[in-house]
Amino acid sequence: MSPLSGGSDTRGEVNIFRAIAGAVRKGGSLVLAWALAAQAPAQSTDGGIMRPVADMFQPLSRPAEMIHESAVLVLMITAAIFVVVTAMLVFVVWKFRRKGPEDDREEPPQIYGSTHIELAWTVIPILITFVLILVTSRTIGEIQNAKMPEDALKIRLVGHQWWWEVHYPDLGIITANEIHVPVSTRTGKPRPTEIILESADVIHSFWVPQLAGKTDLVPNKRNRTWIEPFATGTFFGNCAEYCGTQHANMLIRVIVEEPADFDKWAANMQRAPGVPAEGLAAQGHRDFYGNSCVSCHRVDGTVAEGVFGPDLTKLMTRQTIGAGVAPLTPENLRAWVRDPQSLKTGCLMPDMKLLDSEVDSITAYLLTLK
Amino acid sequence: MNPDTFDPNFKIPAPERIGDERGSLTRLVQEMVFTVDHKRLGLMYIGSGLLFFVIAGIMAAMIRIQLAVPRNDFLEPDVFNRLFTMHGTAMVFLVGMPIIFGFANYLVPLMIGARDMAFPRLNAFGFWVFFFSGLLLYFSYLGAPGLYAAGSAPDVGWFAYSPLTAKAFSRGHSTDYWTLSLLMGGIGSLVTSINIIVTTLCLRCKGMILGRMPLFVWLFLVVAFLVIIAIPPLSACQIMLILDRYFGAKFFDTQAGGSAVLWQHFFWIFGHPEVYILILPGFAIASEVIPVFSRKPIFGYPVMVAASVMIAFISLGVWAHHMFSVGMTSIGNTFFAISTLLVAIPTGIKIFNWIGTMYGGKLRFELPMLFCIGFLFQFLIAGLTGVMLAIAPFDWQLTDSYFVVAHFHYVLIGGLLFTIFAGIYYWYPKALGKMPDFRLGLCHFILFTVGFHITFFPQHIAGFLGMPRRIYTYDTGRGWDAWNLISTIGVIFQAAGILFFVVNLIYSYIWGKKAGDDPWDAWSLEWSTTSPPPSYNFETIPEVRSRRPLWDLKHPDDPDWKYE
Repeated sequence: MSPLSGGSDTRGEVNIFRAIAGAVRKGGSLVLAWALAAQAPAQSTDGGIMRPVADMFQPLSRPAEMIHESAVLVLMITAAIFVVVTAMLVFVVWKFRRKGPEDDREEPPQIYGSTHIELAWTVIPILITFVLILVTSRTIGEIQNAKMPEDALKIRLVGHQWWWEVHYPDLGIITANEIHVPVSTRTGKPRPTEIILESADVIHSFWVPQLAGKTDLVPNKRNRTWIEPFATGTFFGNCAEYCGTQHANMLIRVIVEEPADFDKWAANMQRAPGVPAEGLAAQGHRDFYGNSCVSCHRVDGTVAEGVFGPDLTKLMTRQTIGAGVAPLTPENLRAWVRDPQSLKTGCLMPDMKLLDSEVDSITAYLLTLK
Repeated sequence: MNPDTFDPNFKIPAPERIGDERGSLTRLVQEMVFTVDHKRLGLMYIGSGLLFFVIAGIMAAMIRIQLAVPRNDFLEPDVFNRLFTMHGTAMVFLVGMPIIFGFANYLVPLMIGARDMAFPRLNAFGFWVFFFSGLLLYFSYLGAPGLYAAGSAPDVGWFAYSPLTAKAFSRGHSTDYWTLSLLMGGIGSLVTSINIIVTTLCLRCKGMILGRMPLFVWLFLVVAFLVIIAIPPLSACQIMLILDRYFGAKFFDTQAGGSAVLWQHFFWIFGHPEVYILILPGFAIASEVIPVFSRKPIFGYPVMVAASVMIAFISLGVWAHHMFSVGMTSIGNTFFAISTLLVAIPTGIKIFNWIGTMYGGKLRFELPMLFCIGFLFQFLIAGLTGVMLAIAPFDWQLTDSYFVVAHFHYVLIGGLLFTIFAGIYYWYPKALGKMPDFRLGLCHFILFTVGFHITFFPQHIAGFLGMPRRIYTYDTGRGWDAWNLISTIGVIFQAAGILFFVVNLIYSYIWGKKAGDDPWDAWSLEWSTTSPPPSYNFETIPEVRSRRPLWDLKHPDDPDWKYE
């Protein structure tokens, strides 16, 4: 079978790798344990288990698991080479060190080379390389050429400086910076999610290590990746291609939910938000549509149809503000409305110089968008 | 003058003109500006490379301070982005390239028994073009008014991916400074490489057939060819970028149908051979130092030459392994994964042959040898992490993470910089006539090695835990805090090591022991002339009969040419 074709029928062959992978994973976890001790997954109310430590050696989704398998194999091979060659080096350095002035009297035997030995240490690396080539080629094919089921959830992810625009074309949902997907299952019908990647400005890269390797969001090019998570919770990721001033604060979260929860979330997202009838929020509603907020932001079913900033239709369903720069609390939201530059220096939303009363009212209105 | 009152100590008084007395500053500057001597140019290359090294090193230290703790506000994001851009660009183009050209300039003519490079004035031109390209790049801090009309250096990263460099996203002139500086530096690299090739091919002394050249010269011949192949694509894409920015061309303008990926192809067709341009000189130095301090000839000379040529050849076909995540087809990814893995074979042969050279020898742990042993160990790690990165699926996780940062610092510091230190300590007595101080050098070696590993090893793990490159800050709770703090602590040790190095260079020059012609009991031609060599290098052009001419002289009973 060609190494390029791949396919699920070959998965049985790698069982031995998987067994060793498990052992290595346990060992690796021990090594990392002290650093991570304080960061055990914490339960949160809406996002499920928080998974802030994006350890690529604890994959919870395909294709990250498939990558992990070949990664562990490669780690084992390179570790073996490291041990052998380091041992050779230490042995030679120790054994043949100059022991004293008596060593200077005579030069050691002059040896110019040995065809046999050199042939040996040429052939062995060739064989190892050959194994690695086979493993690599097959994994590339398996991941890139994987067939998505017809009814797989489709997401269109558009990168912006410095936030993510998220579309669910089949569900008519637009949101930002946080992706909700249903959890898949190993036993029943798989529920993978296909993600189409585009960019509105410069190159970004989608990277949630526990779900999949990275794929770039390149302007004027349509890329594709897929995930098939097997565990629920909130997975953390970053933009992984340098994209300008606030590259560091272009974070993404993927919230994996039970299918029922996902459907509930989607149903809520599809409902247009209500218009606040009275109070501060009603004043905020007027201020929001009276100021230039609507030039850049969108609220479904209103005249706010801007496309330069994140969609605010269901703002308060999100966990963070400013693509992960701060948790979405009323205080942080107010600080953001007052001056986004104070939270995210250099971001493209300017200080709107709003009056204090406007800041309060617009914040109150935004808090109703859920 | 009355012959009866002849004074034997009488000297003709020197003409009283400014700058004529030896050792004066004006005289020194005058000599530096007018010189076409390959040795002096070589030292000027290395000296200015070390100067830029200190500047770019301080930038790195600032980067590490900012990242020491989460949500640090030591630096503004824009300042941080400028720092890593300038650090990367300077370390590659203003530190790595000039220092390796400095070694080539100083040593290639001496090793092949020539009186100078083939084109001495072109040589001086190459140096000055490089030097002013460096000044031009750093002048951007003053001369490129940025978004806030303050001084602004380029902040697009050293590989400056389009369309981040387009007018829309990079306002002001910072990117233009970067572009013009690299374009200019590229001219210097090209002429110097042509010079090295012509010198090597045309000026070898009698008996020095290609198969008897020191491996050092072989490797620089290979490097020079790589430069000639690699620089033109870089210059081409710089020119395309200028056309895009100022003449309405649309090469990389994605809004107008241009291609962002096109830049990456151009850049990495240059960029990957560039990695080998930087590391092969490291191999060159190791291939001179290890045999001398093992008291044995290099193990498997023909294979070493073949492996070097093979590495260079394969390196021309691996560029897209920097682009595994841009969305190439599975066939494309597979091709570049395979070609990249093939590099491991000749590289492995080289490491084994160096160990084979030491096997059965009597190892003398002088400073150059210590740094070469450090190089072997660290380059082994760098090579193995390179194999991991070559596995395209694994690379989808690792690329643009801190793992990559760790990997290429193991290559460029653990590999190249360690051999540069080895080379500086090894040829210091030849160039300056004084021995480098061993105790100061040992402190340098220990502190720098320890600091290097403390700084860069934890970055592998930060990468495994999902930390991307080029972020100016990060949140606590993502598992990165400890690794970043450790990494920053290592910088203190590295800086202390570099301090010992600089002190050693100055101390030994003033108070060091006299070196004599051949302090290491070595075998190549540069040790047959005085230290420092006269401007004409050799009184009579030598004639060689083997790869180790000085061994033949020292052991007339058992010369090398009997066996080759």
